[in-house]
Amino acid sequence: MNNVIIIGSGPAGLTAAITCAQKGLEVYVIDEYMKPGGRLLGQLYEQPDGTWWNGINESNKLFQQAVDLGIQFYLETAVFNIEKKDNRWKVYTDKETFQTTNLLLATGAAEAPVPIPGWTLPGVMSVGAAQVMTNVHRVKPGNRGIIIGINVLSSAIAMELKLAGVDIACLALPKNNQITHESAHPKKVLDSLLHVAHMAPSSFVKLGSKLMKNNFMKELGVTFFPRNGVKMWDIPIQLKKAVIEIYGEQEVAGVTIASISSKGEVIEGSEENIAVDFVCIAGGLYPLGELAALTGCPFHYIEELGGYVPLHNEQMETPVEGLFVAGNITGIEGAKVAAAQGRVAGLSIAERTGQHQLEEELKDAIKQVADTRKNAYIQFHPEVESGRRTVQMEWEEYWSKREQII
Amino acid sequence: MKLRVTNHPILGNPEKKKAVTFTFNDKQYTGYEDESLAAALLANEIRTLRHHEESGSPRGIYCNIGHCFECRVSINGKQGVRACLTPLKENMIVESHGKLPTPVRDWRSSDE
Ligand SMILES: Cc1cc2nc3c(=O)[nH]c(=O)nc-3n(C[C@H](O)[C@H](O)[C@H](O)COP(=O)(O)OP(=O)(O)OC[C@H]3O[C@@H](n4cnc5c(N)ncnc54)[C@H](O)[C@@H]3O)c2cc1C
Ligand code: FES
Repeated sequence: MNNVIIIGSGPAGLTAAITCAQKGLEVYVIDEYMKPGGRLLGQLYEQPDGTWWNGINESNKLFQQAVDLGIQFYLETAVFNIEKKDNRWKVYTDKETFQTTNLLLATGAAEAPVPIPGWTLPGVMSVGAAQVMTNVHRVKPGNRGIIIGINVLSSAIAMELKLAGVDIACLALPKNNQITHESAHPKKVLDSLLHVAHMAPSSFVKLGSKLMKNNFMKELGVTFFPRNGVKMWDIPIQLKKAVIEIYGEQEVAGVTIASISSKGEVIEGSEENIAVDFVCIAGGLYPLGELAALTGCPFHYIEELGGYVPLHNEQMETPVEGLFVAGNITGIEGAKVAAAQGRVAGLSIAERTGQHQLEEELKDAIKQVADTRKNAYIQFHPEVESGRRTVQMEWEEYWSKREQII
Repeated sequence: MKLRVTNHPILGNPEKKKAVTFTFNDKQYTGYEDESLAAALLANEIRTLRHHEESGSPRGIYCNIGHCFECRVSINGKQGVRACLTPLKENMIVESHGKLPTPVRDWRSSDE
């Protein structure tokens, strides 16, 4: 029996499932969420051509296509362990145990937390939580909130919250501490902000991205960054203010915010309180690779890809026989890249089941990944291409070492 | 139901869904069938889902997508279920977890 199990029904998993089914394989998709689509569901932004990227519609289209191809879905089913026995994968879930010869992990990404005093109060949530509440469940996270952490994702979600009629007091930095060091450093944040400049109507940020090519200019940029912030979609972005505490008796009542120096140090006496009924924490995304770690697959830390990623090649194979990966588990990028990777993984799996003459298709699919990456509207790390090259190098090194041993 | 997003400029009106009743800590509420329990509670302006087992501090949702387990509640008697991953059903009985006795800690605390 030529079957494949795919864990994760995000854009990568769904596209891989469709590709496998089109090649005649029997496909099972497992996901712990109640709807298919993964993190694509919450996405909503205007594309350069003026059309809206509506994640719910995109997810529904992929899901419908998959169902029409006879793919079996097991939603609300959480995978908690995988094991290899006699060349077959055993996939343990909170419902039943599945078996397969080919396993694709498309588990996506998770958000890194940023611990700040008061962050366990009800009403404090990750910025992605607010996105899902608002766009998928159509419930506002609150009436007025503040977003702690300035990055690509939090800027995009701030706009989405505003669209839904939620008031955002501002986006501000977290207080500098050992854990928040990079995300609390105004220069580093300005650096990353310049890559979302194309999304911003504010002329300061737009102009800035052209001018601030070198470090000296960036230093100046932070120094001259207006004390009251600049506005993106009319939401103040505070590169010179940091949240030092979230307060409230039983639930969030507000935050204490203070001015900071260009190095991120709090200026004493500048503290003020802002009343809000919810707080979003945006610590950035990292690849969710726990299940791959259970298989003994080697991992590498690659900053440009968001953290530890399971070793893999361009064909989306891992060094572990019969184990494939696709989507954000291999590095943080947008949904279109994840889907393109899913197609590559699907073709590689079909090839492993003995199907011939897929070389050309596979080559085209790999090229499609690179093209999609080049034209991506949202880029989570400006050097993502270099991160991808690093993985490829690690892959080659891994096999050359193996050959030496043999 | 102040927090429901009704007419969204891009997404339009939400699809029509069946209203269902459920209880949370013995009080009755309404929500929509198959929406997430976490969303139904928030729409009723309930943010505190439990109190921490050891410290007793109030907790609510954090990630909303199943990663952090902050939203665990008991549903129809089953403990430790994630509210953000659970579709709401008619007559669901939802209860908060509370602080648990920690005899070992209590015994030692006088020395700390
Ligand atoms: C909170 C959040 C918000 C994001 N917002 C944006 C955005 O606005 N724009 C953008 O371009 N990108 C966004 N991203 C990046 C996003 O990861 C990609 O755009 C894309 O969705 C990745 O696709 P994927 O298929 O790799 O994974 P995902 O879309 O994340 O899908 C992975 C699926 O795997 C399932 N899963 C994971 N572990 C298990 C398990 N153990 N058992 C069962 N099922 C499991 C999950 O439930 C999920 O449905 C966001 C990511 C996150 C985490
Ligand atoms: S809120 Fe994180 S698991 Fe439910």
